Amino acid sequence: MTEFLQHIINGLGLGAIYALIALGYTMVFGILQLINFAHGDVYMLGAFIGYYAGRYLGLANVPGLGSLGAALALAMLGAAVAGYLIERFAYRPLRKSPRINVLITAVGVSLLLEFGGQIIFGADPKFFPTLYVPGEPFMIGTLQMNRLQLLVLAISLVLMTGLRTIIFKTKTGRAMRAVSFNHDNAALMGIPVDRIISVTFMLGSALAGAAGILVGLTYPKIDPLMGVMFGLKAFVAAVVGGIGNVTGAVIGALLMGVAESLVIAYWASTYRDALAFGILILILLFKPAGLLGTHRQEKV
Amino acid sequence: MNWKNNSTLRAGVVMILGILFFFGLGAIIPTLFNAYVFTIVMYAGINVTAAVSLNLVTGITGQFSMGHAGFMSVGAYAAAFLTTVILPTAEIPPALVPLVFAGSLFFGGIVAAILGLVVGLPSLRLRGDYLAIVTLGFGEIIRVVILNVETIGGARGLPGIPQWTSFGWVYSVAFLAVLTVRRLLASSHGRAFLAVREDEIAAEAMGVNTTRYKVLAFIIGAFFAGVSGGLFGHFLTYLNPATFDFNRSFEIIIMIVLGGLGSTTGAVAAALFLTFLREALRPLQEITQLDFRMIIYSGLLIVLMLTRPNGFLGTKELTDFGFFRRFKGLRQ
Repeated sequence: MTEFLQHIINGLGLGAIYALIALGYTMVFGILQLINFAHGDVYMLGAFIGYYAGRYLGLANVPGLGSLGAALALAMLGAAVAGYLIERFAYRPLRKSPRINVLITAVGVSLLLEFGGQIIFGADPKFFPTLYVPGEPFMIGTLQMNRLQLLVLAISLVLMTGLRTIIFKTKTGRAMRAVSFNHDNAALMGIPVDRIISVTFMLGSALAGAAGILVGLTYPKIDPLMGVMFGLKAFVAAVVGGIGNVTGAVIGALLMGVAESLVIAYWASTYRDALAFGILILILLFKPAGLLGTHRQEKV
Repeated sequence: MNWKNNSTLRAGVVMILGILFFFGLGAIIPTLFNAYVFTIVMYAGINVTAAVSLNLVTGITGQFSMGHAGFMSVGAYAAAFLTTVILPTAEIPPALVPLVFAGSLFFGGIVAAILGLVVGLPSLRLRGDYLAIVTLGFGEIIRVVILNVETIGGARGLPGIPQWTSFGWVYSVAFLAVLTVRRLLASSHGRAFLAVREDEIAAEAMGVNTTRYKVLAFIIGAFFAGVSGGLFGHFLTYLNPATFDFNRSFEIIIMIVLGGLGSTTGAVAAALFLTFLREALRPLQEITQLDFRMIIYSGLLIVLMLTRPNGFLGTKELTDFGFFRRFKGLRQ
């Protein structure tokens, strides 16, 4: 039983990171009906910004919450800039094009980041610098809580609460929801649609950048292709929760993390990637709108 | 029977003539080139089949599939499983070899098509871009599964496949794929494919069962991908799960985008062009020790989409130009 709970806790830690990425997918999909394939690679960029910040800004020499915070801020900023540039130069010119063209462009951007990353950063895996040294594990009875896991969970929670506040409590958030409801009507109400879409990309990308750092902390091996599978799984999590739905993305991601952790523990770790797609196919067959999503009728 | 008005009969004649032509050409071609160039010519032909079949799914029916190499992989392994593991290949009399080979290629195609149904049905029922994600995942899963199945070699790969693929086989299959797509397009099925691409909602309103046609196109595409995989395996005589990774799928995608989504002529031309370009780029790669190919491809993809989303040919075919225009009306 203890062991089982332990796996659940590990799964929640993983799920919290998935959630940060899934939020970006779900927000962009909600507003543009586009699967932003490059999102997983923005997360990879975040991890590499953390890597270079740790190594060359000397953050790794003074591990602690301060260094971690600085790396996190840098990665979020860098990822937000990347998200903005991607949207501005690759997606915005295609706003009126057929959907398949935008999709192909998204795939192109994603591959450009991956293979560009292989050339710039090198294809071999890098060891993520220690930005934070976790102390003794935290014990609840016989359950072990790694302090790093707690920290990752806490950071994810703070970021997600921040996002919720922005979406549901601020004027920008209201504009985002309006644009995702209907572009033309939002524009008629005086909402700068393009700027709101940029903001959405930047917010989503910043969260992905943060996820990059958190993954670097927990699984300290990073490489330019790390975003492919991780990003896909986060996307599946967003679909499970109901794509376009912010709360759904978090729930889907936590489920995904726990499911993956249990599969690794009780079955075989080779199937951890297959699991995500099994779940995706089941969801698409039986509840395509996801757990919390509402089915949207497409209109002419 | 008036053969000019019977398109089935005429297509049959064209098919047989085409196959005879390519097998005849196959007797000359290997003597013209050295082994290296001949290998490239063979790969080009295999890529033509793969590109034409993906073009049916993505260009003509408008469904973006990212796992075409996965289907090639399934077909390659299924066909090679028959000829290498199951059948006592060495004891097959030479006269029967073409029959056995054709049968195993067909088997590879069918297995790929069945998997196409399994993968396509859930994702194609929905509007949207789920197919892209599901096929991408499928390609990866197939790789992992093959890695873990020991009967077909697992991670070591499957060696000892008989080398039965010849120039005639490769280009006959490519020719058949082109002919199939062309005849499909002239039929009511083909119109339905195009209708789904142009506007799904309108197509459905006109009584086209969109899911059915999307799945149909996907299955046919998977079938030909599987056959081309089978050809590949029986040419290289060795299969490795890593051969059919995502980069391979992506190569086929760039072929059809470059040629013009929806144009079979474009797919053929771009498949030939890119296969040769890849070899031409090899020295650059050797000098710099870096793989710029994928960078060039992905950059090309973005630039094409931004500046010329229709590729080189748009949806035009060979029969839209000059001399060949006289064949346009022929329904074959």
